[in-house]
Amino acid sequence: MILGASSVTGEISLNPHEVRAFGVTSRGPLLWTQAELVELVHETPRVASLLFNVPDWPGHLPGQHVDIRLTAEDGYQAERSYSIASPPEERSVALTVERLDDGEVSPYLVGELRVGDKLELRGPIGGHFVWRAGDDRPLLLVAGGSGVVPLMAMLRHRAAASHKTSARLLFSSRTFADIIYREELDRLAAASDGLTIFHTLTRDTPQGWTGFTRRIDAAMIQQVAWPKEQTPAVFVCGPTPFVEAAADLLVGVGYDPLWVKTERFGATGASGG
Amino acid sequence: MNMRMADMTLDGNAIGGLLREIFTMEVTNAEATCAGCGAVNAVGRVEVYVHAPGTVVRCPACQQVLMRIVRGEGRYWLDLTGTRTLELVET
Repeated sequence: MILGASSVTGEISLNPHEVRAFGVTSRGPLLWTQAELVELVHETPRVASLLFNVPDWPGHLPGQHVDIRLTAEDGYQAERSYSIASPPEERSVALTVERLDDGEVSPYLVGELRVGDKLELRGPIGGHFVWRAGDDRPLLLVAGGSGVVPLMAMLRHRAAASHKTSARLLFSSRTFADIIYREELDRLAAASDGLTIFHTLTRDTPQGWTGFTRRIDAAMIQQVAWPKEQTPAVFVCGPTPFVEAAADLLVGVGYDPLWVKTERFGATGASGG
Repeated sequence: MNMRMADMTLDGNAIGGLLREIFTMEVTNAEATCAGCGAVNAVGRVEVYVHAPGTVVRCPACQQVLMRIVRGEGRYWLDLTGTRTLELVET
């Protein structure tokens, strides 16, 4: 119901890539497959994007994730979920991973994994926290730190779509250097196609910074959020305390809780990474 | 529930892969009806705790346990006592 029956059959013209994205099925067994790292991009000192070639990838929707499984020599296995950063229009599957120093999996992904290495991956997973470019409602995205990753897949999907709904991103980062995808976000906003990006920095701010300089609060949400009369589609992703604060603030400006879809990482550093 | 526990709350999106090991259909967009209070929520919206031995899923409205899932030694143990219905979406 949430995915909007109107989006598929409406008047919007869909290019073949979009049709492919809409055609994703999620029936049958979800199998582990060997994915090969084909490119590694450092985004910030602690965050890297990993592009994988996944054989027989069925396509995905923005907001979906994959599971990664690592197996040690003694047979010990660790599994973690990572959001897909790439849009459905791209062939490779990009993940953007934050290295958590006490994590079991992320220090391997960001630091040890090399181009050409393979690991076990399964997906795409998820049918709730997903967005399609055919959804005409104004889009509000709220990200805390690496919570921006699935929202970036949405913005990249939107950028590739023939019809672009109005969109706003509120992105909270610790410092300027910690802003993931900063240059790409600047480019997306500069396209002046109905996307507005608001940054807030919660620790250090550089000289000349014109964005917000505090944790998200009611005044910030009031300024950034679409009026409730526009019944926006809202996606919030980040550490659990961030997501819960944002969701409460959005309900506080009159949003129906059902408009607000959330995805929680757990407390940063506590989820095992 | 202390602050640290609350900070570790995840949501149903986090167990999409685990549920797909059991069900052939995507489950995070299925609607679960709580057997305790009758609240209907997408599985992606319910509370999930993965730090227990096994996975505990709770109703966001009344905190009743909706599901308990334990995997190990070649078996899955699934307790759905707290879920009255689960409505899955054909894709």
